Amino acid sequence: MGPSSLFESLSGKMSGVFEGLSKRGKLSEDDVAEAMREVRLAMLDADVALPVVRDFVNKVRERAVGHEVLESISPGQAVAKIVNDALIDALGGAGAVPLDLNAPAPVPILMVGLQGSGKTTTSGKIALRLSQRDRRKVLLASLDVQRPAAQLQLQQLAERAGVGSLPIVSGEGPVQIARRALDVGRREGYDVVILDTAGRLSIDEALMQEVRDVREATRPVETLLVVDAMTGQDAVNTAQRFNEAVGITGVVMSRMDGDARGGAALSMRAVTGAPIKLVGTGEKLEALEEFYPERVAGRILGLGDIAGLVERASETLDHEEGERVAKKMMAGKFDLDDYASQLRQINKMGSISGIMGMLPGMGKMKDILESKDADAVAIFRKHQAIISSMTKDERKTPAILKASRKKRIAAGSGTTVQDVNKLLKQFDDMSTMMKRINKMGLGGMKKMLSGLMSGAGPGGAPGGGFGGGGFPRR
Amino acid sequence: MSGFFSRLKQGLSRSTQKLNAALNHRFLDESALEDLEDALIAADLGPAVAARVIAGFRTSRFGRNVTTEEIQETLATEIARVLEPVAIPFEPDFSHRPHVCLVVGVNGVGKTTTIGKMSKWFRDQGKSVMMVAGDTFRAAAVEQLQVWGERTGAPVIAGKPGGDAAGLAFEGIKRARETGTDIVFVDTAGRLHNKGALMEELAKIIRVMKKFDDTAPHSVLLVLDATTGQNAIEQVRVFREMVNVTGLVVTKLDGSARGGIVVALAEAFKLPVHLVGVGEQVEDLRPFSARDYARGLVGGSGDLAARLVEGETEAR
Repeated sequence: MGPSSLFESLSGKMSGVFEGLSKRGKLSEDDVAEAMREVRLAMLDADVALPVVRDFVNKVRERAVGHEVLESISPGQAVAKIVNDALIDALGGAGAVPLDLNAPAPVPILMVGLQGSGKTTTSGKIALRLSQRDRRKVLLASLDVQRPAAQLQLQQLAERAGVGSLPIVSGEGPVQIARRALDVGRREGYDVVILDTAGRLSIDEALMQEVRDVREATRPVETLLVVDAMTGQDAVNTAQRFNEAVGITGVVMSRMDGDARGGAALSMRAVTGAPIKLVGTGEKLEALEEFYPERVAGRILGLGDIAGLVERASETLDHEEGERVAKKMMAGKFDLDDYASQLRQINKMGSISGIMGMLPGMGKMKDILESKDADAVAIFRKHQAIISSMTKDERKTPAILKASRKKRIAAGSGTTVQDVNKLLKQFDDMSTMMKRINKMGLGGMKKMLSGLMSGAGPGGAPGGGFGGGGFPRR
Repeated sequence: MSGFFSRLKQGLSRSTQKLNAALNHRFLDESALEDLEDALIAADLGPAVAARVIAGFRTSRFGRNVTTEEIQETLATEIARVLEPVAIPFEPDFSHRPHVCLVVGVNGVGKTTTIGKMSKWFRDQGKSVMMVAGDTFRAAAVEQLQVWGERTGAPVIAGKPGGDAAGLAFEGIKRARETGTDIVFVDTAGRLHNKGALMEELAKIIRVMKKFDDTAPHSVLLVLDATTGQNAIEQVRVFREMVNVTGLVVTKLDGSARGGIVVALAEAFKLPVHLVGVGEQVEDLRPFSARDYARGLVGGSGDLAARLVEGETEAR
């Protein structure tokens, strides 16, 4: 197994170590030292920068040694709690920190970072968020005269986001463009002006001076450093140099939807002292979320990101529809229409492996599912196509499907009769499964799922079962 | 393009300086080795690989007085030994006409820029080059490649935004065949390796290519950002499984990142590393050299080696 993510590797290793600590009483130096060695290794594997790891481990060691272990919990849990709390602290303390827009309009926001860190996409995402959620009038301006077509890229993103973009004038330098952006912002009554700069290396003195000049000229209220979540040890250098040069007010972690989600975040926060304000979680413009330190820490300890899952579910799922389907499930009256509705809901929430990754104790399963994800998506699509080729009656009562109807449906959906049969078989299995779930309750579900991993193949019977809209209600 | 080469130069010049300062040495004990190991970890080799490199070092030098220069030399040699087997030049097979080179990687690593540079590289060798703007997803990705086409005098095949990348690749290869082009570079949209559907799309591009030429693609280059940490291992593992990567290109080595992850990759996968990117300009592409890379890596760790020795001397 590769060190795929901070959260999985840390939680995996630490739970092993903590299980070893079984004595009662005060935590001894030896107990803690052993655990800290593992914490250190896991953090390094997860790309937390070395000086940050050292600092963190020292702090936790101080807190942990001599700590009284309560009767009700194991020493392992006690250390885990201390590590968890220290992590939340190190990541900025509980709660998300919003963007600061408290200044006379137009409020300048300056975006900086290395090449390819995701500044331009993030600029587009922030613009969309501010205009849609906060009802601000946003102007996007690209100061990137280095990378070919970078200005055009931002202009196209502005169109997609439905916000203003500064007309491109070739031959202008970054400072000139920035000034013009603020002028236009004032004249045309924009609330926020987002200045997207070219990617630059922190050791490139000329380009760092240039971004300093832009900062002088525009006095941004927020200077956001965009950092790729996959960044390794260099995170400290980048953070330090950018912070010294332009004074970072906030960090945006991009590509948090990858499987390397956190080492750099810890390093960034530790070095700049600036809060991590937002995270990018996908390629779509909507894929921007607040950063919640306590959730990340929870993931590290293998507690899963339930809060994140519930939030995503409640944002994307149709509650009434979920409620309706859940009721039918309970009553054992789940039909193919309901299955199709479930498939749509699942599609809206993203990949199954992504969802599973957010459930506690499901890290392993996520790995397995990930490789099957592509197959699952293809199967779901096929299923949707087949169901949409059925008549109302056929969806309600699949039992009436005989050879000629199946032939018609296969032709209509561009599939084969065999595919139709497979779907029907699977639907049948699913109905059986649902009746069982109803009997088991939620506790038995995990057991059942682990059993399934050894049994059913991709897109196996339970596919539609747990993505249900009823989830947030539980 | 200061970083990598200046570091390399610094590393070299420092070691020559140190020849005169023979008094600068330190007794190589556990704590000294630990410091060196930390330096390697800070260069992104990862804790496990760093420990192995140090283990090799320990057997030969432990308990001796060593100079900074000696530390650098030995470390560089140790690392170069891991890198040498993968230092394989990028040599397209021009008996295929065109040689089809598919370029893949996660978002923002520098795929398009690398294609632009490779285009120039082969144009300079008198080869005819074609580029296919297969990133139909990202805004203005097509225009970005078109600028590189103008800079290097290579035609760019492009389709509609949001169009089918596989169909476009097919079209590109077909046109390259018709025009007798030597090599065609197929750009692709950046994708995270953990997105099953997007990876499946890459596999589809290859399937469609094979319909035209069942030996294609002749190379599949995975572009890696030197700033990337341990996650690069997952990237290589998954991309290799899905699209049979034939070689690596490491970009952004002109920055402060040391790219130590390449050492871990060489150990784990033994995939050829063909080229390194050292700047934004069209000529900033170099063949990968194990010795230079190791030197560049240690040039920085060498700073630590120097401090280690000097600090020790002062303390006495």
